[in-house]
Amino acid sequence: MADKILKKLNIKVWRQNNAADKGRFETYTIDNISGGSSFLEMLDILNNKLILEDKDPIAFDHDCREGICGTCSLFINGRAHGPDEDITTCQLHMRKFKEGETITIEPWRAASFPVIKDLVVDRTAFEKILQAGGFISVRTGGVPDANSIPIPYEDVEESMDAASCIGCGACVAACKNSSAMLFVAAKVSHLGKLPQGRVEAKQRARSMVSKMDELGFGGCTNTRACEVECPKNISITHIARLNREYLTARLSE
Amino acid sequence: MSSFLSASIGKKFIMSVSGLFLVLFLAVHLVVNLLLIFDDSGELYNVAANFMSTNPLIRTIEPVLGLGFLVHILWSFILEYNNWKARPVKYNKKNKSATSSWASRNMLVLGGIILVFLVIHIINFYWIIRFNPHEMNSITIGGEHMEDSYTLVADLFKHSLVYNIFYILSAILLGFHLSHGFWSAFHTLGWNNENWMNRLQIIGKVYAVIIAVGFSVIPLYFFIKF
Repeated sequence: MADKILKKLNIKVWRQNNAADKGRFETYTIDNISGGSSFLEMLDILNNKLILEDKDPIAFDHDCREGICGTCSLFINGRAHGPDEDITTCQLHMRKFKEGETITIEPWRAASFPVIKDLVVDRTAFEKILQAGGFISVRTGGVPDANSIPIPYEDVEESMDAASCIGCGACVAACKNSSAMLFVAAKVSHLGKLPQGRVEAKQRARSMVSKMDELGFGGCTNTRACEVECPKNISITHIARLNREYLTARLSE
Repeated sequence: MSSFLSASIGKKFIMSVSGLFLVLFLAVHLVVNLLLIFDDSGELYNVAANFMSTNPLIRTIEPVLGLGFLVHILWSFILEYNNWKARPVKYNKKNKSATSSWASRNMLVLGGIILVFLVIHIINFYWIIRFNPHEMNSITIGGEHMEDSYTLVADLFKHSLVYNIFYILSAILLGFHLSHGFWSAFHTLGWNNENWMNRLQIIGKVYAVIIAVGFSVIPLYFFIKF
């Protein structure tokens, strides 16, 4: 069956020339978009149109376009990654929108994620948090025999669930406090649930949280918006573990 | 230690510990207040109120309770200010209800209204009972001389519809505050996981309903019966 065609859409999009620019919204109309095209394809078509009209195309982040790299962002109609569950923006289909609708597109908004241009934000802050403790510093040597380090099945599962974080920043964008707690918690669980990462678990929680605070992310108020918007469905129970790791680390000093 | 108190999780630790302390206080407060409706002569309530205002242990905990309120209120403003600073440019279009509960997003608003209630509540009852007891009548129960705080409370509930509406509204808002605050406090302390998430939320909601309904029943009882 052929995809439904959306004959007309209004695209209200944030335009900002550079980091210093104040920025403003501009509205464009676009015709004949197939319901089967992805949201980013719709933006490609709009950009083609803008280029032909000799206008500056809209800058937006994208890379793999299959939901695994974490590069695409966009706050669409009031929601991180748009109106669908457990997806990145590249996996969002145009069939989720209605004929004649005005779609509002904004960049991630957070003091720690400054806008570079239009919809592109600087997510270096996440890299800095990782550099503060999101690693295992033991020499791993050669590949050990598969059964030489026994790990309970539940721990492997939980660690792998946390490891599915792609660092897209939707948790920060969706949080009313621009908190990076879900991101930090995912890293703390992912590494801390495995024996090799357990060694540095307490120091890791301390360093990453203090870097997160330093970079100006807000605090967690447990609204659970982050786990709803997370494209990888990472649970806030990891945040409980982060709180536990951090508090035991600090209170045992 | 100072770096712990300035860290985001450190500040939330303070919020959650003070919050849980206030949760305990509410339970004690409700139990004593329910005596108002189980004995229309007022004896039971007066004896309990007299015990609360003379028992040395309760007297010692009283300033700690005051401190608990103060810390919980002050820290909420500090935290909210930090959180507000973390997003200098706000979104133009937001669909918040799709991702989170109303109570969880409005804890400061709910807390602020409860604070207004608290101030009025202290002026109406606590201040008189504690510092101006001569404004109340004296009675003698079981040979012991005490102030008639039952009449002070009952009179207000019997005669003022406006006060009753405000009182019940505050109790309901307090219930909403607790519906998020209860489980959230445990979560912040790290006492939560996949199994306990639902249990804590259910216990929290049940507790919130008990507090909201429990406190609302008292003014309703006096207003309808008398």
